[in-house]
Amino acid sequence: MTAISLLEIKDLTVTYRSSDSDGDIPAVRGIDLRIDPGQTLGVAGESGCGKSTIVAAVLRLLPKTAAVTGQILLDGENVLEMGWGRLRAARWAEASIIFQGAMHSLNPVQRVGKQIAEPILVHEQMSEADAYARVGELLEQVGLPASRAYNYPHQFSGGQKQRLMIAMALACRPKVILADEPTTALDVMVQAQVLGLMSELVRELGVGLILISHDLSVLSRTCQRVAVMYAGKFVEQGPSDLVFGSASHPYTEALSAAFPTIGDRAFRYAPRGLGGDPPHPQELPSGCPFHPRCPVVQPECPTASLELWPSGPGQSAACVLVRDRDRDRDRDRDRYRVSR
Amino acid sequence: MSAEAAAPVQRSGRSIVWTRRRRAFARNWKQFRRDREGLIGLILLAFFAFLALAGPWLVDPESTAVITAPGRPFEPPSSQFWLGTDEFGRPILDLLIEGARVSLMVGLIATVFSMVIGTVVGIGAGHFGGWTDTVLMRISDWLLVLPFLPLAIVLLVILQNSSWLGISPVSAIAIVVGVTSWPATARLIRAQTLAVKSRPYLDRARALGAGHWHLMSRHILPNVMPLVLANTTLTVAAAVLAETTLSFLGLGDPLRHSWGTTLDGAFGSGAISIGAWWYLIPPGIAIVLVVLAFTWVGHALETVLNPRLQGR
Repeated sequence: MTAISLLEIKDLTVTYRSSDSDGDIPAVRGIDLRIDPGQTLGVAGESGCGKSTIVAAVLRLLPKTAAVTGQILLDGENVLEMGWGRLRAARWAEASIIFQGAMHSLNPVQRVGKQIAEPILVHEQMSEADAYARVGELLEQVGLPASRAYNYPHQFSGGQKQRLMIAMALACRPKVILADEPTTALDVMVQAQVLGLMSELVRELGVGLILISHDLSVLSRTCQRVAVMYAGKFVEQGPSDLVFGSASHPYTEALSAAFPTIGDRAFRYAPRGLGGDPPHPQELPSGCPFHPRCPVVQPECPTASLELWPSGPGQSAACVLVRDRDRDRDRDRDRYRVSR
Repeated sequence: MSAEAAAPVQRSGRSIVWTRRRRAFARNWKQFRRDREGLIGLILLAFFAFLALAGPWLVDPESTAVITAPGRPFEPPSSQFWLGTDEFGRPILDLLIEGARVSLMVGLIATVFSMVIGTVVGIGAGHFGGWTDTVLMRISDWLLVLPFLPLAIVLLVILQNSSWLGISPVSAIAIVVGVTSWPATARLIRAQTLAVKSRPYLDRARALGAGHWHLMSRHILPNVMPLVLANTTLTVAAAVLAETTLSFLGLGDPLRHSWGTTLDGAFGSGAISIGAWWYLIPPGIAIVLVVLAFTWVGHALETVLNPRLQGR
């Protein structure tokens, strides 16, 4: 805890206020995370668990109906307390976003060079010619020829558009990049290229990357640490090989098991997955929100109060089984000592 | 490496852009040419524009003055006066050529007013939404609901009698027509703005720190521009008609000729009961042709600019 983290989120909650009688919708219910230079954090979870809401909250892009509490410290400064001018200056210059669906995040009637130069011209006192020179560098950085700055978005393929979005995210040399499902619409080969490019850039430029995805193979390949999200909360976090290799939360386990192993006959005949749907945020189950779908549900789960209990080196999970295992281990150790 | 990469972009960039622009223009022109009505409209417009611009050289100012008129009253068409003369002996053809200038100018100025106000209001209402939207749209409702003629007549009389404003009667007509005809444009632009607003690249622009002005001028305006252009040509037609209407009702400038005032003169001098058809029909045909030409060009432009309409 010596230096200030690039991005630190403390006890973030986001509640969408709803005007109809159904009441408020808690989308994110208390999230803590921090990210340092050169680190990659993955956030996994099913659709609708609040992943994208976190990204939007960091740059305060949520609609007015969203109530945000907690702290979002961008380089030590709380984003939630910034004035409008400061916020506009911080957007993109300190943290940028690689949006979900690059296909639609580019203005079809503008040349891509102009769009990549846009954040530079908004944030930095730079002549247009210098900005374009920088656009050329950025394009080469993501593996596209600089001359393509003069093309329109429709002249690029899906993977190239995603590269453009990455170039755009790097335009103002931000310290943190939030990638919201950056490879969702891409085929696996292009996906591998884009992910390789992102890891390389993180290593070279020393930025912090938060990668959001529902695709565990993406996360396990790219991220040092991952957090698994369920119903607006982290249920497990830790180093990615540990979390996916030896999951301690039954949800993580089910998530990993739902991924097919190619060529494995056994899997083809018995595909595994989870029954049921993620809970509606307005009707969250009591206690552990996962208990109605949990394969190893305990009698106390509907009433248990949860926190992230340590379950391995740098790994923790919010499950009563993890807590009990911890206790058992302590008890065993005590007994061992006594018998000595 | 960066310097090397940047240099060729800048040098070749401009020429690439211009080649592409020329090619795009050639492509659009080819497409426009295929639309026969649009082409006829364009030729007609060029003809009338020539008349309007060359008017001072084609027409002797003495021939359209009441005192120095060359002919006798109500002369039928002859080799000397191709379209006959009016009640003062002025050649109708000269009146028409003079009138083209005022009619077209008023139509164009009114259209510029209408398009600028309509686009600003439409984009503002669509982009900001909420209260801004409600207030602006209620104002446009108010103007849409009021019948055009009474509103225009009242405004015109007020403007023409406010000599301290220093507005000539002809510009007053242009202003009144412009000010009363923007609501339809504003509605159209607002609808398109709402459609554009929901696209993800606007979220992206917001995320990179763009302010309202940046969003509206850089992202929304270029996306609604084709609609504005296509609508402009249609608005000119309506504005020319409106000018004619107001002039015919005697609200035009008595010292300058437009097609509307010529028609008014024909009506007022009893040309109809005398049977002087040459006084009445030519200005009417000129108006119809200009309106038709603008409408045709407008539709042709719309087809070129909106690929979805092609091949229909």
